[in-house]
Parts: sequence; structure tokens; C-alpha cells
Amino acid sequence: MTYAPEVRERLETDAKEIIGRYPKPRSALLPLLHLVQSEDGYVSDDGQEFCAEMLGLSKAEVVGVATFYTMYKRKPSGEYNVGVCINALCAVMGGDQIWSELSEHAGVGHDETTEDGKITLERLECNAACDFAPVMMVNWEFFDNQTPDSAKQLVDDLRAGKEVVPTRGPGRLCSFKEASRVLAGFPDGLAGDGPAASGPSLEGLKIAKANGWEAPAGDEGSVNDR
Amino acid sequence: MTQLTPVLTKNWDLPNAFTVDGYGEYAAAKKALSTDPDAIIQMVKDSGLRGRGGAGFPTGMKWGFIPQNDGKPHYLVVNADESEPGTCKDIPLMMANPHSLVEGVIITAYAIRANYAFIYVRGEVLHVIRRVQAAVREAYEKGYLGSDIFGSGYDLEVVVHSGAGAYICGEETALLDSLEGYRGQPRLKPPFPAVAGLYASPTVVNNVESIASVPSIVTNGADWFAGMGTEKSKGFGIFSLSGHVTRPGQYEAPLGITLRELLDLAGGIREGHELKFWTPGGSSTPIFTAEHLDVPLDFESVGAKGSMLGTRALQIFDDTTCVVRAVLRWTEFYAHESCGKCTPCREGTFWLKQVLKRLEKGQGTEDDLTTITDIADNILGRSFCALGDGATSPIHSSVKHFREEYLKHFEIGGCPFDPAASTVWGKA
Repeated sequence: MTYAPEVRERLETDAKEIIGRYPKPRSALLPLLHLVQSEDGYVSDDGQEFCAEMLGLSKAEVVGVATFYTMYKRKPSGEYNVGVCINALCAVMGGDQIWSELSEHAGVGHDETTEDGKITLERLECNAACDFAPVMMVNWEFFDNQTPDSAKQLVDDLRAGKEVVPTRGPGRLCSFKEASRVLAGFPDGLAGDGPAASGPSLEGLKIAKANGWEAPAGDEGSVNDR
Repeated sequence: MTQLTPVLTKNWDLPNAFTVDGYGEYAAAKKALSTDPDAIIQMVKDSGLRGRGGAGFPTGMKWGFIPQNDGKPHYLVVNADESEPGTCKDIPLMMANPHSLVEGVIITAYAIRANYAFIYVRGEVLHVIRRVQAAVREAYEKGYLGSDIFGSGYDLEVVVHSGAGAYICGEETALLDSLEGYRGQPRLKPPFPAVAGLYASPTVVNNVESIASVPSIVTNGADWFAGMGTEKSKGFGIFSLSGHVTRPGQYEAPLGITLRELLDLAGGIREGHELKFWTPGGSSTPIFTAEHLDVPLDFESVGAKGSMLGTRALQIFDDTTCVVRAVLRWTEFYAHESCGKCTPCREGTFWLKQVLKRLEKGQGTEDDLTTITDIADNILGRSFCALGDGATSPIHSSVKHFREEYLKHFEIGGCPFDPAASTVWGKA
């Protein structure tokens, strides 16, 4: 099958905007693949064909790129991509236990989707939030400082359609397709949600303030006047 | 006692730190754009700023390598693909203070005579991407980006580009291939990006924290920056403490602070335990032990003790942690992330993983220790990029410091540690 004409037209408009951002069209391939995921929930055959046509590439060239990157799903996946960091630090801090309990609880393994189509589980490598370990990500939003129980509750809530809010992020959780559209470079207006920083991110600053520590003054007075 | 020096983290506790209102009106960029670009390069050279992405190459010198009046477009590419295990500084920096990065981009692009800049952010951090997108958009709205910025006649376009999940794209030439729409695989150097980078044009690739530090240097002067830190490792940097520490988090301090000092600030190792091993700068930097608590965390001192300052990603593990398990996990990571281009890395990391799995289960022999160090020797220095080299760091350093612990696994036919004890909720 191919995209319905109205879908195709909409995707083409978006694709042209993406391509227009770059000095050379091929640079648009990664965002275009995110765009395809925002439509189909994965990198579909039609989607790869579409990227190839938009960029004047062969489909093989597109597939070659799509298969290199782990964020591109090769098959239809869940509305919520639930990842558990199992890199050394998070694993040691409890990520391993979270993964094994969560996987058993949900009844699916790595890169598998629950029957209701809600949850795809994924073993994640380091997601750059180590001071919040153990870390989970849902549709690439941060769910910090997890425990086996909080992880199971999170998945239960997602499957039950209850409201779930990231620990550092917007006031609502986007679907995988919505998230993919932001990655393609189409903002969703949620950037202003949530604090600038919280928890461990502020530990050093808190101590500096409590002690009255500042960086030295510079040429134009204190750097802290900024 | 070394004091913390919040500069990049200074405004993080403001609720609107990620907006121009919470950051400031780009006074440094305005000042820079009325200055000769070569003077900006000289200023950054004089400041002693070295790359904050791990390698520590002098930033101003890198800029100086860009050929001028060559008739080619120049590009600035910000490496915001923070993925090195343990490294978690650029992500909160872009979440809380993206305008420091955008302002740094303007100054840097102006200095190297680039009219196009890209911020390549790893894709797995949606809210961070939103914040960077919004900061760039706000900068356009304020006239800090686009054409004739501050009436200087200088034009700059900035594109926020999301990656798609590949650690290797943190390697600068792999990042460039990825940004060109290819599989992210490293290029053979030379030519270096300064000569043939993005679209085969002269390109500077800098880490987020490096670029974000530039506005403060322009505002306060090279001497101000050079007045902090140590003789050859100048300035401040964000130190990221994670793991078995009472208060993990981000601590911005002069280079040369020690882990002992940082642990004092962070409340020490979690109660009832002691430090066993730690990484000074991510998993690719050889592990240290308690004997290294007083090593100044600067490029030279850490190097002299056999490791690397890297990204100042201080992953702290206490006495409940099995070092073999941690090394296995890192090794699985490198095997997973090896791009497959170079045989020693692709095959070597694969085999390291197999042997380590056996070792951790206590099913190995002492000969296996020779095997893994042999494999590591055959990866080190034999691949295009540093991923393979990085994979050998945990192997060599753990066998060096914890040989007995490996042997213990064979003796008792399993792991001598209880993984439950090392968890956050584990009770000693």
C-alpha cells in the first residue's frame, strides 16, 4: 500500500520544510525518518520509499541508514516506548532488577510489544541522566529515580490510560508518534513546561550559594551580574 | 578547600533560566560581533579553554586551523550527542541554560567565519531538544540569529538536528557523516574536519560545554578564565557525580579539584560503605580506586596516573559493586555501539563480551584474563576512532586493580557479590 493522497500531500509539505533547512538535501534524511515514524509509528516500507523519493535516493540507501540507528523502529511498536537503562551505573543502582521485574510483569522482552499495542519495552544504554539513576525513559522523556514498583506502576498506568507525567519534562506525556514529530523538527509548544532544572542538577549550585561561593570577578565586574 | 565556581550552572535555579529573560540579552555576542574575528580566536586561545567533550584539545587552536579566505563555506557543528556512559552534563546544561549554548554558537561561528551552524543533539532526550529548539527560535525572534545580527552585517543560520540513537555519532567525523544523512561511521583522519568536514568544507566541531563557556570568556576576559584551574588545564568545568554517593549531581568547579573534595561536598559515599572504584571521565577512561582520591582532576594529573579526565563523569561505585559485572556492562555497551567499520573493534568487542560473560558466571579460567587483555591489546590503536580504544580502558584497568576479584569468581564458581546490595534500595 502507499500513503493516501491527503496523507502524502501533508507529508510532502513537511518534508519540503525539513529539506529546506539544510544546505544539501540528503542531510534531511534523519529528520525525514523521524517524520515517517510520526506518521506510522515505525519506519514503514512506504515511509522509506517516501524518503527515497523526496531525496532522490535509492530505497536501499534509505534502508541502509534507517537500520543503523536504534531509534528507528523496524516494525510497528507500542504507543509508549518504555526504556530501562541497563548500562553499568544504572544497572548496578537497580536497573537490572527493574528490567527483570518489569519485563516479567509486562510479559514482553526487549523490543517486544504488549498485545494491547500500548507498550514496547527496550533495554537502553546510557541516557545521560546518571545522577538520577536508576533511569527510565518513556517516549524519550525522563522518568528518574525509578524502583521496580514504580516501574510496574508506570506501565500499568500507561496501559490503563491513566495520566502519566515525566519527572523532568512537560506536564503531559506525548505518544511515540507525537514525540517523533518533535524530533523531526516540528515543536509541540511544550518547551516551557517543567522547571529549568531540579534535584541533583542543582546540588552544586545549592552548596555554592549556601557558602557564598562565586566565580571570581572578571573584566566587567562580577560574572554574576549577568 | 577548592570552592565551586558556578558560571554555566549559575542560573539553573531560576524557573525561566531557559528563556532570554532568565539568561540575559546576549551582551557577549553583541560585544564579539563588533570585534575582529581573529581577536576572538586569540582571546579563546589566551584563555586556555580546552575541549570539554573529552579529548581536551585547545579550543582556540582548533578554530585557528580553519583556513581563511579559501572561498569555501565554513561550518560550525555543536556536538550535543552526549552518550558516553556516566556523562550527564550537557543534557542538563541544554535543558536549563540553552541560551548559553546559542550565544556561544553565534560568537564561535562569527570567529571562524561560518554562516551556518548545526546543533546535533542526541535524539533520546525529547525535552532537551524542545528547549534547544525554543532557544534558537527565541534567538531568531530577538534578532540574535538570522541576517545582519546586531547591525553588524553578519548573518548566521542555526539548525537543531536530532540524532537517532547511535553512541558512535559522538565521534566528530561519524557525527558529520550522520549529519550528511549517512550511517554514522568515522572517517579516516587526516583530513581533519578543519580542512574537510561537513560537505567537505572547513568545519569546527565542538562540545556543548566548550561552546557554552565562550560567552563568559568574551564577557570577563581571557585572564579571568585562565585565572581558574591549573597551569595547563584552565577554567572551570561541570563535574558530574553519580552512583553510590550521598548527593549525586552537577558540581561546577575549577579544573584540578579532587574527588576527595567533591565527595566532601556531596556528602561522601553512601552511608555505611566505602569507595571501591570510579571513573574520572566516563567509561572510556581507565578506572581509579580510593588511592586516587587526591589526584587533581585536570588533564595532566589524571593522565599521569594512567587515566583521562574525559568528560568529568565521575561514576562512583562502593564496596557492594562487582567490578566484573560493571566491566561486562560497559563491554556489552561498546559491542552494541561499535559501528562495525573496523574489524579489531567490531570483532574484538564482540569477543570481549563473550569471554566476560563467562568470567562473571565464574566459568572462566585464569587464562581468560590473558585472553581479554590480549584482545584489548589488539583493539587499542588499531581502529579509525576512539570507540575501540575506549572499550579497552575498563578491561585493562580492572584487571590491573582487581585481578584478585576476577580470580575469586573462578574460585567460587560464581559472583561473590549480591547485586541487591548495590541497588539504591538495597540494605547493607
